[in-house]
Amino acid sequence: MNKILQKKILNPTVTLMKVDAPLVAKKAEPGQFIILRVDENGERIPLTVADYDRNEGSITIIFQVVGATTEKLNHLNEGDYIHDFVGPLGRATHTEGLKKVAVVGGGVGCAIAYPVAKKLHEQGCEVHAVIGFRNQDLVILEDEFAAASSRLVRMSDDGSWGEKGLVTDALKKLIESGEQYDEVITIGPLVMMKFVCKLTKEYGVKTVASMNPIMIDGTGMCGGCRLTVGGKTKFACVDGPEFDGHEIDFDEAIARSATYRDFERHAHENTCNLFKGVK
Amino acid sequence: MPNMSLTKNPMPSQAPEIRNQNFLEVALGYTPEQAMDEAKRCLQCKHRPCVSGCPVRIDIPGFIKEVAEGNFEAAYQVIAKSSALPAVCGRVCPQESQCECKCVRGIKGEPVAIGRLERFVADYHNEHATQLPEKPVSNGHKVAVIGSGPSGLTCAGDLAKKGYEVTVFEALHLAGGVLVYGIPEFRLPKSIVQKEIDTLIALGVKVETNVVIGRTITIDELMQEYGFEAVFIGSGAGLPKFMNIPGENLKGVYSANEFLTRINLMKAYLPDCDTPIQHGKKVAVVGGGNVAMDAARCAKRLGADVTIIYRRTEAELPARREEVEHAMEEGIIFKFLTNPLEILGNDQGWVAGARCQEMALGEPDSSGRRRPVAVEGSEFDIELDCVIMALGTSPNPLIKSTTEGLETERWGGIIVNEETGLTSRQGVYAGGDAVTGAATVILAMGAGKTAAAAMDEYLQKK
Repeated sequence: MNKILQKKILNPTVTLMKVDAPLVAKKAEPGQFIILRVDENGERIPLTVADYDRNEGSITIIFQVVGATTEKLNHLNEGDYIHDFVGPLGRATHTEGLKKVAVVGGGVGCAIAYPVAKKLHEQGCEVHAVIGFRNQDLVILEDEFAAASSRLVRMSDDGSWGEKGLVTDALKKLIESGEQYDEVITIGPLVMMKFVCKLTKEYGVKTVASMNPIMIDGTGMCGGCRLTVGGKTKFACVDGPEFDGHEIDFDEAIARSATYRDFERHAHENTCNLFKGVK
Repeated sequence: MPNMSLTKNPMPSQAPEIRNQNFLEVALGYTPEQAMDEAKRCLQCKHRPCVSGCPVRIDIPGFIKEVAEGNFEAAYQVIAKSSALPAVCGRVCPQESQCECKCVRGIKGEPVAIGRLERFVADYHNEHATQLPEKPVSNGHKVAVIGSGPSGLTCAGDLAKKGYEVTVFEALHLAGGVLVYGIPEFRLPKSIVQKEIDTLIALGVKVETNVVIGRTITIDELMQEYGFEAVFIGSGAGLPKFMNIPGENLKGVYSANEFLTRINLMKAYLPDCDTPIQHGKKVAVVGGGNVAMDAARCAKRLGADVTIIYRRTEAELPARREEVEHAMEEGIIFKFLTNPLEILGNDQGWVAGARCQEMALGEPDSSGRRRPVAVEGSEFDIELDCVIMALGTSPNPLIKSTTEGLETERWGGIIVNEETGLTSRQGVYAGGDAVTGAATVILAMGAGKTAAAAMDEYLQKK
């Protein structure tokens, strides 16, 4: 059982929680994830570590309410306990030796991109952050990104915040303006990452994408998180979650991520009181 | 006067057409009368061949003698000297290739039903024992066990009985390893596993769930920072193997590990559970081991028509005979000498079928079994909406990659001294599937036992 130390609503569907987990906090690095179960009969879901405080012994998670489990998690408050919380899992983001990096985040993926940007920034790497949201209401971590980058490009689909357009538009502009990156690190919706990788491939810029597939155990046992990278089967939980973006079969990953979509929608509707009234 | 019946007392079981629609235990267990009658079939041979067939060397004639006389609790005490998990072993051990295949009664007729008697005795004890065992006096030595599957629990139990302060670290949220995530409820009820674990806890064993050794804590930290003087690695089998054929990542293709974990550990078959599982209508399970049988029988219970696809013949099936028979009785179809070439998908990316090929048996391969060879031009398609790959596993890389100096085989299994379970690292022992690759519960228990004895010797000399 792990206590929720802090809860913050970042936008109507995205919540931040700081969780007491000293053993996990001692080891966690950007890019790694945890697995949690909200209650006794709950499912195991992976969430990427958004921040960690080794002194306080806390792990910060940021999640979007998409299914029954995130809905239930969102109902918990400061002082409540999460039934199971295990980690840190997966490999940490490789940051050594990088001098100049573009971090490209989209939507709630920015929660994962942020600790990576922060770590790079802290070790003296020049960080350009490109972050995108559907609209102004969904923006998270703007100040944090501003503090962790030397250049911050804000993008929104409808132009209500920053520039109107996609993160790929902004990244293309940066590259075409002559910015030379050792690496692009992209974290966000699969479709966004697919097109970021497509773009950087054209320009020959090495790109790392952080994958968040369906998982159960998260420790290399079930094989549910498999994906095809460079024609080979890889397991996100032990081989990843980050992979060479130019080698990932995104179309397959997009299809696989939808395996339980109908089930999730159904479960969410059964969990949410709003829908219960309607039925 | 011994009972000279040539056949075992049959095991009372749920009828196939009823049990294939529920997750309750298939075998119902002997009554005391049946147990005593069966026990009287034992000739109490002086040379005790059955004991040599048991990886943990249970005094089999000893406990059977007590059963024959109706002293069931005394029988349990005989078994408990050697086995930490009798209720589990009585259910899942392959007795037919161990103790029972050495039984003199098996020369003419059926051997004594040793497994069924073991199960009866353990269940009798669990039902009637009013108190848990007492915690032995501590000897002050701290030992860590990684993994709470059969090898880890056995090792922990043996060391706890000797007075060691044992902590078991489990990566999942529930202890039991393959006994809870892999073997289905209808073959091994989870309440039985929990009872066995409760017994270990009463002996003073601490169980820390949600700790992934190699990630949360490394082996070096266990020994240097946490003060454990010896470590046993029983982390089990690892990543599922796939065939590397087209279509394996379509929606509706599961590894047996994932399918079984969703059902057994996550209880996806219960209505009040959050974990989803696909309720396929036409399911194929590829493989012929016990895990394939478990997956097929689970899929059947979720309402599917199930076919097992195996590239050799019935005679080569690696699964226990009893499991194969149960699966056949429950209406599972076997397609022998068949190999999938490709999983076919529909336009939504879901499984729609499989393209298979007929096989024929050729010359024996290194395993001594005749190698299946493809029959030219024999391709055919079958319609499916779910495929489960039960092809075995390769060891988990987590501990190896985070423990310097821990030597492994090229395929990933941890290298140990067979007599002691000692790895290439001082004070670090290993056993079970992490060493052998996918094998049986009882072999893992045997390895846990061997290592416990060696760890005791090492720590007493230290």
